[in-house]
Amino acid sequence: MSEVAFDPTAPHGVHPPSYLTAGHTLRSWLTTTDHKRIAILYMLALTLFFFIGGIAAALIRLELFTPAGDLLTAEGYNRAFTLHGVIMVWFFLVPSIPVTLGNFLVPLMIGAEDMAFPRLNLLSWYIFMAAGLLAAFTILAGGVETGWTFYTPLATAFANGNVLAAAGAVFVAGFSSIATGVNLIATIHTQRAPGMTWFRLPLFVWGMYTVSIVIVLATPVLAMALLLIMAERGLGLPIFDPAHGGDPLLFQHLFWFYSHPAVYIMILPSFGVISELVTCFARRRIFGYEFMVYAMAWISIVGFLVWGHHMFVSGMSSYASLVFSFLSFVVAVPSAIKVFNWTFTFYRGEIGFAAPMLYAIGFIGLFTVGGLTGLFLASVPVDVHVTDTYFVVAHFHYIMVGGAVSAFYGGLHFWWPKITGRLYPEAWARFAAVLMFFGFAFTFTPMFLMGFLGMPRRYYSYPAEFQIWHVLASAGALLLAFAYLLPMAYLAWSLRWGRRAGDNPWQATGLEWSTTSPPPPHNFATMPRVAEGPYLYHPAETGPQHGQPEPEQKQGDHP
Amino acid sequence: MGGVALWPAQASAEAPRVDAIFSLLLVVSAVIILLVAGLLLGFAIRYRRGSKAPRGRLPAILSRDIEIGWTSATAFLALFLFWWAGAAQLAAVQPPPQALEIRVIGRQWMWEVRHPSGARELDELHVPLGEPVRLVMSAEDVIHSFFVPAFRLKQDVVPGRLTEAWFTATQPGEYHLFCAEFCGTEHSAMRGRVVVLPPEDYARWSHAQPEGDNLAQQGAKAFVALGCAGCHVAGGPVHAPGLAGLYGRQVALADGRRVMADEAYLRDSILLPRQDVVAGYDPVMPSFAGVASEAELQRVVAYLMSLREAATP
Repeated sequence: MSEVAFDPTAPHGVHPPSYLTAGHTLRSWLTTTDHKRIAILYMLALTLFFFIGGIAAALIRLELFTPAGDLLTAEGYNRAFTLHGVIMVWFFLVPSIPVTLGNFLVPLMIGAEDMAFPRLNLLSWYIFMAAGLLAAFTILAGGVETGWTFYTPLATAFANGNVLAAAGAVFVAGFSSIATGVNLIATIHTQRAPGMTWFRLPLFVWGMYTVSIVIVLATPVLAMALLLIMAERGLGLPIFDPAHGGDPLLFQHLFWFYSHPAVYIMILPSFGVISELVTCFARRRIFGYEFMVYAMAWISIVGFLVWGHHMFVSGMSSYASLVFSFLSFVVAVPSAIKVFNWTFTFYRGEIGFAAPMLYAIGFIGLFTVGGLTGLFLASVPVDVHVTDTYFVVAHFHYIMVGGAVSAFYGGLHFWWPKITGRLYPEAWARFAAVLMFFGFAFTFTPMFLMGFLGMPRRYYSYPAEFQIWHVLASAGALLLAFAYLLPMAYLAWSLRWGRRAGDNPWQATGLEWSTTSPPPPHNFATMPRVAEGPYLYHPAETGPQHGQPEPEQKQGDHP
Repeated sequence: MGGVALWPAQASAEAPRVDAIFSLLLVVSAVIILLVAGLLLGFAIRYRRGSKAPRGRLPAILSRDIEIGWTSATAFLALFLFWWAGAAQLAAVQPPPQALEIRVIGRQWMWEVRHPSGARELDELHVPLGEPVRLVMSAEDVIHSFFVPAFRLKQDVVPGRLTEAWFTATQPGEYHLFCAEFCGTEHSAMRGRVVVLPPEDYARWSHAQPEGDNLAQQGAKAFVALGCAGCHVAGGPVHAPGLAGLYGRQVALADGRRVMADEAYLRDSILLPRQDVVAGYDPVMPSFAGVASEAELQRVVAYLMSLREAATP
């Protein structure tokens, strides 16, 4: 892809200088503006929140082992699933890939020294931590029982607990999201190396770009909706209260206007990660690069217009439901295109099965099931039956956990050598990847069935006929928990005992692999120049040629 | 109970229609999953690193054309599925006009059901087999959702507005009734049963209920008790529109609009009287929000609706 000439005058130590050795004090970490260090700070915070949300999930699955409510109180159960939802959505999934891998990799992939606004980057971490403290306070003070959806009038007038603190935590976290989104957009617009044209960007960067636009446009609407909730609950302003002419459905419209795009905020970065993994381990150019870009752009636009499919039974007009149903079917098309393109990237490849590739294959499988079950929910008569049941719970976990979390783990393994300079133990990693796929399917597939049979969600006790499915799901959750914890153990182990990785252990293309592992504080010894598109794993004539031929006058050609 | 059910009971006329769409989607999904998994695993094995499979120049067909091909194929499939599901949805929007009308109130954490005869049930709903039933529902506190899996029926019950759902039961038996919208601490205890009875058994059950006024008669009493009758009477002290024969009629409003006097209009006019002032009258009526309970509202509205039958010979 490019040549990076190392400065011949640079000192040749045993280890090249890296961002990790640039400072060892706590102060040097807490005041850093290096995007790579900030990514590490985020990673530590997200791991903590993943544990908190995971403990809540464990409590839920334990309680549901039997039909009677025996382990927790009804209130305790409601607080557990609210905590699980709030933490996992806003403090893990929404930020996950953009603030860690995105923060670390986007400047490296486009050949930049840092983000466009390094200090804003650090500020967004502090805002995130402030929101996290508020969330921690909410938990310590007893939690909330509104569900992560904060529906009115339950959240404003009837629910006990610290609704104001919880909504405040999410409100504050939104500013961190927006700051990261703005920063990524500005970075991708202004910091690309010479020759890095838009259609030479790796798809991961496109994923980050499209997701940032969704974040910047959608998050303010959530902030507004939460402020209105806080005003109604805290100040008594009648906004959604039907007794004063308000409308509870208005809140649902505002909430889902953010929260449906939020699903795409969680999945668009995964599309980018998977495209990087599939091309590298199939040694292939991506099949249909331009179509992959347009599919992401299409999703990020139409994704804003489908929120009403969460409200088919809410009392909204039938004709509005029809329009939202149509748009929901429309948004399924680009997702299908992506799956077909990944599949055909395998065609005539040289396919290797390292752990990141196993995660990617697992992702494609789980995402396909998650996407197809979305068609069920887009069909109004079927949605009426299965909405607010475990069918929906299974569907969105397939997308957000089977999809996004698999991609996160896959990406973490793939770039671990770049981030830390160390290799993880491959056999363990393959085992964990396979276990994660089957553990996930074992946990969530029974939920499709019990949801179709009529098991409502958010029930802490339930009719005995559903027990067999709950027992299966709880048993699967045990496997899944193990599959999540195992990589944390061996990745931590590899920090000290892992083999040194070298600059490019996967022989991957991409500018991030042309610098040292771990990269130096300013990423590149000399400014990279880019003359060709991404994923040049084989000669052009044996690969899929979809785009326009490269222009004769190549931008940024070597002088 | 013998064995584990893999398919929910089909006990309404709507259930087989929903299940047909569901089954078609299952088949479509299975085909796509097999296709993707087959290709993915097939390619992964055939083109594994070091295999001898040929890897030369790509066939010309695998270019832009195939990309446009599968994009349009998916788009047409999506449109077809939408058309089918949408047609089924629209066909089920309007309840038959002669449907038996039953009123439902959701409150934390119970269902209250009122039959036209005045019979009242808690967490139970008895309905006759084969007869269309229309549920007119409202909530007293938070949002609930009336969910009967065997009928493939779910409808949120929202404070401050009337929501409707209808079904025709096709199988006698007892079925689960769930609240499907999270409504607070004891949400999972807000469940009951729907009992479908053959018409003669339903009539017997209905007769066995404690004798009392029917809903409209109860409403007539509430109409007086709440003070409505003080103004809405011919020659009363205040110039107020007469209400006989109002239900189901077009009403001209002071701001020039015309609205249909349906149940929602009657209800809104009691709670928010200044929203739709009738042409020729002053906006002097006070709001009854917080004065009349949800149950009283339902009775008064039932009374006003009964005046239509009385007024038109």
